[in-house]
Amino acid sequence: MNHWIIAPVVLPALLAPFIVLAARYHIGIQRTLSVAGVLALIGIALGLALQASGGTIVLYQLSDWAAPFGIVLVGDRLSTLMVLLTAVLALFVLLYAISSGWDNRGRHFHALFQFQLMGIMGAFLTGDLFNLFVFFEVLLIASYGLMIHAGGNARLRAGVQYVLYNLIGSTLFLFALGSIYAETGTLNMADLANRVAMIGPEDTVGIRVAAVLLLLVFSIKAALVPLHFWLPSSYAEAPAPVAALFAIMTKVGAYAIIRVYTMIFPPQLEVTSGLHDVWLLPAALLSLAIGMIGVLAAKRLDRLVAFSVIGSMGMVLVSIALFTPEGIAAALYYIVHSTLAGAVLFLISDLVRTGRANLDLTPQPPVAGTALTAGLFFVGAIAMAGLPPLSGFLGKLLVLDAAYGTDLVVWIWAIVLGSSLISIIGFSRAGSILFWKAHSVAPLDSDPPQPRPATMSYVAVGGLVALLVAHTAFAGQMHGYAVTMAEQLFAPEPYISTVLDAPGKLSTPSTTGDY
Amino acid sequence: MEFLVASAIGVLTSGGLYLMLRLHTFPVILGMSLLTYAVNVFLFASGRLTVGAPPILSDATVYTDPLPQALVLTAIVISFGMTAVVVMIGLGAFLGSDDDHVDDPADDPVTADDEVEGTS
Repeated sequence: MNHWIIAPVVLPALLAPFIVLAARYHIGIQRTLSVAGVLALIGIALGLALQASGGTIVLYQLSDWAAPFGIVLVGDRLSTLMVLLTAVLALFVLLYAISSGWDNRGRHFHALFQFQLMGIMGAFLTGDLFNLFVFFEVLLIASYGLMIHAGGNARLRAGVQYVLYNLIGSTLFLFALGSIYAETGTLNMADLANRVAMIGPEDTVGIRVAAVLLLLVFSIKAALVPLHFWLPSSYAEAPAPVAALFAIMTKVGAYAIIRVYTMIFPPQLEVTSGLHDVWLLPAALLSLAIGMIGVLAAKRLDRLVAFSVIGSMGMVLVSIALFTPEGIAAALYYIVHSTLAGAVLFLISDLVRTGRANLDLTPQPPVAGTALTAGLFFVGAIAMAGLPPLSGFLGKLLVLDAAYGTDLVVWIWAIVLGSSLISIIGFSRAGSILFWKAHSVAPLDSDPPQPRPATMSYVAVGGLVALLVAHTAFAGQMHGYAVTMAEQLFAPEPYISTVLDAPGKLSTPSTTGDY
Repeated sequence: MEFLVASAIGVLTSGGLYLMLRLHTFPVILGMSLLTYAVNVFLFASGRLTVGAPPILSDATVYTDPLPQALVLTAIVISFGMTAVVVMIGLGAFLGSDDDHVDDPADDPVTADDEVEGTS
């Protein structure tokens, strides 16, 4: 058995306590360890992604217990790509946090950061629903600490909302797991896929409730309207590098929806028919519209970015809700884009704040380093609003193409294109107020000169922008890979047989057919 | 017994939901605790209710399902830790701003217009 697949979980899990115990008073050692850990994670993630790219399913049985009795980690194309995306995002976010000094404004930033990575990686890799819950909790506990990093009243208040909302989500998750276990007697995803398919049409009340509860839980994580209320305040008040890392957290929800609703409750399953086309799709369209209207209505830059994250999650979920291979492939392409674009915009909002008293969208005197920040904001806004030439435009095109020919094509095209227009207006309004109107305001001589952002901060943001450009330049390859991922998701038999037929302790020769 | 357990879960859940809708930190945390009690009992019942049966292999003919007990144990540990975290953060927010509302402050000119509710 190949042990590398558990390394993305174990490495941060060991590094975090080491940072707390051995280096708690030395920010330099903490930074070195943290960056080294993330670099190693990128290496491991690259290896895993290469291993899975040929279509093999990498299986890891913890303590060698056979599924469904033991917990398994499973790496397929989708999960290894998400792990790689998380590791790469974490590197640039970490560089920004170090160069801007955010990590030194409170204690234990690096330890919490590593725990957060551990939770996210585990959530992507696990093949067991209860284990998914546990990793959700790990990433949430770490995110509570990161969210209120550096303190402050506004941040603490937003933190209370964030924690409570997510606690409700966790409770719902437990209710969903309880009803699934009561109905099927297993929580292993591959085993569940087999057993849910066996449930007769007359006996579906419990499993329907469970499917809806699970969708609600994942929609809370993915900030789907009307379950998005936790996001704007907490992302706007969180320290900018933390908010940039949180850009991947909403994608954990989207990933869970894709995983569970292609494998356990596949779209052709009678039990859950109507769940995606009647409920998920309209809600996703609504969140796309509300997110982009929020971009236009926001009075502060950080809230504007938070609403654009809601809008782009709406776009991802519109594409997922189609539940066709084309739709999922478009969604996967757009997920990578929207993670990078959201992170770029959050980091840029912090660059803007470095020279200003606040982030209100009102004209204020120009500050040092505005030209470069404005240029980066221009690129980030183009990416998020989905204008050519960046990957947002290509992603949107793929979504529109996937929606062509479905029943709701008029609605989808109208809302996607309309909300794009609104977000373009919103972003250009924000950009012109922040950067152009600044020159019409005379600076007060009494103001002390504000510090410039560190060069390294620009390198971190520039690195993410370069990734966006690469995501555009290699769009053909990326989309081709997304198509193979979608094919793998819609043909889960190899996944299921790999998980259930692998020998281990307690395995019987005919594991799949004896219940 | 089924009726007792089911109504206990129902009463705990409804009480928890009522308290959560109060939008003050203290009742919300109490409601949160009631909800987690409810979900713990619910998880316990998901392995079917049996009395006096062993959860491990022995000479007995009737067994109880051991897995929900392990799940409940995990859930209890997590919810206990989470409650401690939210109490600390809530206390910090209350001491800092002298106000224990969970939703955004209405008098804050920046956030008041964005209509962000707190918990549902």
